Amino acid sequence: MKLPNPLSLILDATPKPGVLAVFAHLDAAVDAVHQLKRAGHSDFTVYSPLPRHELEDALAQPTSPVRTYTLIGGIAGCTIGAWIPLYMSYDWPVVVGGKPIGSIPPYVVIMFEMTVLFGALTTLLGIGFNVLLAARHQGRIAYDPRFTNDRFGIFVPVAAAQASPVESLLRSAGAEEVRRA
Amino acid sequence: MAQTTAPERTSSGHALSYDEITRTIARTLGNPSRGYYVLLAVAASLFAFGVVCLMYLLRYGMGLAGYSMPTYWAVYITCFVFWVGIAHSGTLISAILFLFRSGWRTAVYRVAEIMTVFAVMTAGLFPLIHIGRQWFFYWLVPYANERGLWPNFKSPLVWDEFAIGTYFTVSTCFLIMGLIPDIAAVRDVATGWRRKLYTITSLGWRGTNEQWRHYRPAYLYLAALATPLVLSVHSVVSWDFAMALVPAWHETLFAPYFVAGAIYSGCAMVITLLVPLRKLFRLERIVTIHHFENLSKLCLLTGMIVCYAYTTENFIAWYGGPTPERTAFWFRAFGRFWWGGWTMNICNAFLPWLLWSKKVRTNITALFVISIFVNLGMWMERFVIIAVHLAGEPFEPFVRAGYNATWADWGIMAGSFGWFFMWFLLFVKNFPSVSVAEVKEELPPPRRAVGKGSHA
Repeated sequence: MKLPNPLSLILDATPKPGVLAVFAHLDAAVDAVHQLKRAGHSDFTVYSPLPRHELEDALAQPTSPVRTYTLIGGIAGCTIGAWIPLYMSYDWPVVVGGKPIGSIPPYVVIMFEMTVLFGALTTLLGIGFNVLLAARHQGRIAYDPRFTNDRFGIFVPVAAAQASPVESLLRSAGAEEVRRA
Repeated sequence: MAQTTAPERTSSGHALSYDEITRTIARTLGNPSRGYYVLLAVAASLFAFGVVCLMYLLRYGMGLAGYSMPTYWAVYITCFVFWVGIAHSGTLISAILFLFRSGWRTAVYRVAEIMTVFAVMTAGLFPLIHIGRQWFFYWLVPYANERGLWPNFKSPLVWDEFAIGTYFTVSTCFLIMGLIPDIAAVRDVATGWRRKLYTITSLGWRGTNEQWRHYRPAYLYLAALATPLVLSVHSVVSWDFAMALVPAWHETLFAPYFVAGAIYSGCAMVITLLVPLRKLFRLERIVTIHHFENLSKLCLLTGMIVCYAYTTENFIAWYGGPTPERTAFWFRAFGRFWWGGWTMNICNAFLPWLLWSKKVRTNITALFVISIFVNLGMWMERFVIIAVHLAGEPFEPFVRAGYNATWADWGIMAGSFGWFFMWFLLFVKNFPSVSVAEVKEELPPPRRAVGKGSHA
């Protein structure tokens, strides 16, 4: 029996038709984002070799939910960090240095370390989940290896019939190269 | 700020371009020079020698190390604290300076992070070697066992285990997080088996707006979590000593003193690593004299704190007046191990004063020599605090038997250096040792408008 691969939607999806534009200049890419938004496109993907606030401002995306993961992880870690030493102290009650069995001050160290550990791990989980979900939503879209080097890129998913206005929009915004994918 | 972080300009006057950065860093992954193999061979043989010593230690027991009552913490614990200390500047540079928006960190932080991960990996070996019956190492972990026993959570040694475990995990996460976009960048210019390797390890990174949208805050939160972690880990390590009643250990000063010392030795180690790396990989245009100067300023700051800490503890021992404390510090300076005490004083308290001079700070050869002496001095500091103060414990004059480290101590210590450098060299050859994306962030982006701020 062949089990379905949960990642197949990302890895083996059929390529989405659309238009891919390559930009040599950041301000041209920012212009194109503004114009695409004005023309009513919202599903396009912007590639950049480095994060730029100009692009983030133009895209005006909602705040990433990753911080919720960090918060939940941190609180969970702190709780676990309090529970482990307290439970274990009472389960094996030995008086050390004449202090209470479950004495909080030394356990703060464990609570702190576990807060950081769980916070960091859930942050990673958060970025993993969110990026995977986004990739699943995007489908398999065109890409150019220059986008991790020195070019900015925009992919607009449109059917071949409606592609030419998008192409001319991207060209007029200053795209160095526009091609159908 | 903008001026000081501007990339170095060549004689033709043009600044680095994005493409040049990618190519320069991708080139470091190509065929290495002979010097690289020589270094790697030296590291691997040191490591092999350490393994042989460890095998003897396992076969014949801890008697091979030079322990004698009351010195049961000696070279292995010294090495543990030394390597944990080395690890600290990595997270300082990558996390704390990230939060402070220090642009210069971008060119050097990856090397510092790699150093952190492998230094913690090295440090983690020593408690395991030190416990004697190494095959019972898992007794350190709180797990439900047939004896119904749990660890004593009031012991700083257990805190330490949690601190080091967390530190290793978080700094590894941080390193991998930072690497992903950079592996993607070298993936797109690589060929052959390297391309396959980077395709898998870049985890599908393409720099889309969705990826950056989640990546940026995640990196920020990791930095925010790692920042207090840096300060806490060496504090916890210092409490391994400060919570005990040994004279010269039982000091409230220990936490900040250890953290400053750790960052001091760590920055020195970054300089020690960067000088040959920059030459071997021809990174002169990315890692400039300006970066070395900033690193040495960090060394200067933390070195001054260390100097102050030495002064304070000696002064308080005299001024506070308890005989055991006074005796301990007298023993440090004029006892059997006077050479250790003075090596540490000279390398850590006097040497950093040289860095006040800009001439020294901008002379790479001088910095390299100083950084090696700083590392020597910081190793000696831990040796003095641990082994010498135990040997000179003034409570029980009848046990003052002296302490001599043996070949088993020195061999395993040498092996740990081999182990660290071997991993470091292998890593920098196979993964980008300078951040591709973040170095680009320091350049003005390419714009259509010709004039100020445009490039290429």
